[in-house]
Amino acid sequence: MNADLIAIVALVSIALFVVGLKRLSRIRTARSGNALMAGGMLLAVVLTLVEQGRIDWRWIIGGLALGSAVGVFVVVRAQATQMPEIVARFNGYGGAASALVALSLFWGAVIEPAAGGSAIASLGAVAALTAVLSVVIGATTLSGSILAELKLRGTVDDGRIPARSVVMGATFLAALASGVFAVSSTDSGAAMYGILGLIVASILIGVVLVIPIGGADMPVVISLLNSFSGLAAAAAGFALSNPLLIIAGTVVGAAGLILTQIMCVAMNRSLLNVMIGGFGGGFEADTSDYVSITSSDAEEAAMVLEIAESVVIVPGYGLAQARAQTAAYDVAKALQQLGVNVRFAIHPVAGRMPGHMNVVLAEAEVPYELLFEMDQINQDLPQTDVVIVVGANDVVNPAANTQPSSPIAGMPILDVASARRVFVIKRSLSAGYAGIKNELFDMDNTTMLFGDAKAILDELAVELQKAAKR
Amino acid sequence: MGEVLVSLYVFVIAGFLGFELINKVPPTLHTPLMSGANAMSGITIVGALTLATVADARVSVLLGAAAIVLATINVVGGFLVTDRMLATFRTRR
Repeated sequence: MNADLIAIVALVSIALFVVGLKRLSRIRTARSGNALMAGGMLLAVVLTLVEQGRIDWRWIIGGLALGSAVGVFVVVRAQATQMPEIVARFNGYGGAASALVALSLFWGAVIEPAAGGSAIASLGAVAALTAVLSVVIGATTLSGSILAELKLRGTVDDGRIPARSVVMGATFLAALASGVFAVSSTDSGAAMYGILGLIVASILIGVVLVIPIGGADMPVVISLLNSFSGLAAAAAGFALSNPLLIIAGTVVGAAGLILTQIMCVAMNRSLLNVMIGGFGGGFEADTSDYVSITSSDAEEAAMVLEIAESVVIVPGYGLAQARAQTAAYDVAKALQQLGVNVRFAIHPVAGRMPGHMNVVLAEAEVPYELLFEMDQINQDLPQTDVVIVVGANDVVNPAANTQPSSPIAGMPILDVASARRVFVIKRSLSAGYAGIKNELFDMDNTTMLFGDAKAILDELAVELQKAAKR
Repeated sequence: MGEVLVSLYVFVIAGFLGFELINKVPPTLHTPLMSGANAMSGITIVGALTLATVADARVSVLLGAAAIVLATINVVGGFLVTDRMLATFRTRR
């Protein structure tokens, strides 16, 4: 196949990516957009295989077969509730693959020939530097995404790293030093240690970045890691001077950054502020005790709900954690049978990844028409009879509007306190990620329902179904 | 214009393209969009394939082969999981 024809086919592949991504960002066309992108990828792979006259088929066929089998196996075996975890895992694999591509290039050109020249001399300055960049970004993406997956699964809790910004600075410096050493050393053995040091430092960066982060900050980090996996591919593209990698990788990188920005705006914080480390510092967090908590049980709550005209359900990470989405929809369906107007209110950063609540509720087959965004529902909340908050905390804390000194001051919230009655389903009075008291719990119109979200919602659904039959 | 400079042009323009493409996305699609975009970042598979050129089991070849496996998981699994999620959005329309 001649070079021009190959370049034209690559262009078709890029066009499929661009049109596919555009369609993926509209609900009606999303599924076909995803299929177009997959088609573009297939074309790119076939093209590369044809283009290569000197391929070793053993590695390629073995690798493609193994990878496809694992990919299909993981997705088919996954339960619907595990989707967010799997997205995080694949993201890590993507980053790792780009890092390995750059490593393979580095190893083949610098370490194996042991020719006595530096990487800059044998690969060229741009290729050497971008290969190192790809290793850094890719390895950071890998460790960060693995941690994110473990957190989504509940295996790892949010941890605290003492003097995190110092540790972060130190790992960055270590990565920088070993990277410079790897590309400039004229001894191939030393260059190998440089690149190995770089891998270790990059993995540490990912760990330090993600370990302490939780709550509303998690969607920011996950979309940032998504952006990273694209940038790692783009950097590998520079190292190999392959325009297909540069374009597709950069588009993903930019799209991920946009999403990161959307998440930051939803919290009224800057990306830097999120990265530097959690809430607190410079704020006077109100940690005083609660004074007038009212608590009740599902049976009493059901009696209030069955005579309501409008009910809004606010899901948070606690709902996903308790796998209570089906129970929540059962409650909604029972209320609908009673003629109640039921809606779900979704805060943009509720959950641990962008759009987490939407995916979780879609799994329970909650109709899309019942989901309302913050801006749409906030004006209706003062006319709402009952709000049920399930496992959400900071995103409904009125302190964001009322206390200028609060760490979450200025963060747009779901103004559930303005509703006539609020039920909060929560395990205990413990603070949310921001570590502050939630004034909502203390309000006169708020009643706490302590316990496991799924158990309480199941009980509520049973009570309401009984009421519907009466 | 040298090859590096062309790559730089491509990089910058692709960056603008990415920003423009994902300007307004409904929150419902945030997770599928991330997932689909992530599958697209598996394009690095093309890079991995161009490196798997020799048969002997040297470290560089093994690294390239590992890259093929991980990138393929990312691509195949990524597009599949996105499709599965989008299917749950569609069934009730």
